[in-house]
Amino acid sequence: MGLLSKKDVALITDPLADNNPITIQVLGICSALAITAELKASIVMAVSVLFVLGLGNVVISLMRNIIPSKIRIIVQLIVVAALVIIVDLVLKAFAYELSKTLSVFVGLIITNCNIMGRFEAFALANGPWKSFLDGIGNSLGYGVILIIVGFFRELLGSGTLLGFSVLGDPIEKTGLYSIGYENNGFMLLSPMALIIVGIIIWVQRSRNKTLIED
Amino acid sequence: MEHLELFFKSIFIDNMVFATFLGMCSYLAVSKKVTTAVGLGAAVIFVLAVTVPLNWLLDQYLLQPGALKWLGAEYADYDLSFLSFIMFIATIATMVQLVEIIVEKFSPSLYNSLGIFLPLIAVNCAILGGSLFMQSREIPTLGLSLTYGIGSGIGWFLAILTIAAIREKIRYSKVPDALRGLGITFIITGLMAIGFMSFGGMLTGGDEAPKKENPTVETVKEVNNEVNANEVKKAHVEQSKSTEIAGNTKEIKE
Repeated sequence: MGLLSKKDVALITDPLADNNPITIQVLGICSALAITAELKASIVMAVSVLFVLGLGNVVISLMRNIIPSKIRIIVQLIVVAALVIIVDLVLKAFAYELSKTLSVFVGLIITNCNIMGRFEAFALANGPWKSFLDGIGNSLGYGVILIIVGFFRELLGSGTLLGFSVLGDPIEKTGLYSIGYENNGFMLLSPMALIIVGIIIWVQRSRNKTLIED
Repeated sequence: MEHLELFFKSIFIDNMVFATFLGMCSYLAVSKKVTTAVGLGAAVIFVLAVTVPLNWLLDQYLLQPGALKWLGAEYADYDLSFLSFIMFIATIATMVQLVEIIVEKFSPSLYNSLGIFLPLIAVNCAILGGSLFMQSREIPTLGLSLTYGIGSGIGWFLAILTIAAIREKIRYSKVPDALRGLGITFIITGLMAIGFMSFGGMLTGGDEAPKKENPTVETVKEVNNEVNANEVKKAHVEQSKSTEIAGNTKEIKE
């Protein structure tokens, strides 16, 4: 860690908790909720956003002095769209089933307010290395929430994690199922993701009273 | 009638906010007052109504596999669908710029109250989502794509209107401190989404099935029934998959 100064490390760790893009900055909610029924989809989405935000932040930061202010949103959109097309084609080539599950939400990374928000708030005003770290930090913060929601939804909704049965076999009635436990099918439906994020916000703000709104 | 069915389907069953969670960022940020929510909702309806048919034309005559055959027979093999994202977002950004100019000219007060959120409609996932769903669901005609655009917009408008009204009222309720503001909004939206799931049975009836538009009282029982049905269905699917896999592994062992 000799390469990174204290402020640089803060750029990565702040968004993980105190300045979390989803629960504090309220950015990037759309894709966070709809695809988290499986842990695998959440992880893939988090990695995709990591790629797009990290690289995108660097590109915009390198161009920040030559983008005319009036068309900056269009330039940002084009940069993000190009990166997302790459992600989409890679997913279609190497993980076709998963790209079908994620369907239009890969394309919707373009309009992920988290990415645009970081471009506007950071990359347009800071150098490439710092912007890269900021991008990594924010996408990790986003990814953490996605993975927590995906974890609970998949575990409680279908008793599996990443496809592996961890609570026993529901047909053979082994493990937890032998005492009468049933999967909570409701967790696989999208509204539960909203309620889980609400609970995460509740826990986070109870532990850190400075984040409470009035 | 196809149009009527698609219209009601896109407002209630495939509601942009409650079924697919599109446009959540501006939905959460602008819903503190009913008046601004109404303004943003109207702008979203207008932008969707304009961009979905426009993107349909682009998709039909430029982007789909085989779409370019009107240029000449030798172009029939071209598949430009990988350019969809860039082309859709370009038309959306242009249209939003146009809407901004029109709103500024005809209603400066609305323009001022919307502030930064009008240009932010360009990056509202609901707008791009409308075009992408139009493409992935392969909506067949221009008229239907217009119906889909308007219906989706009205669905989003309905969602943001109700949450704004509710948020105005709960400012006077005793919400736990840590849930105040954002947390309780998430939970309420989740509950509303569960309520909207009850509309799922609306269009699956026969010719005599009445169109339910305000089933607020019956929703609780229906939600319970539908949830049980879904759980049973999912359990059956899982069971049949597991027995199939068990059967396969037995075969391999033998």
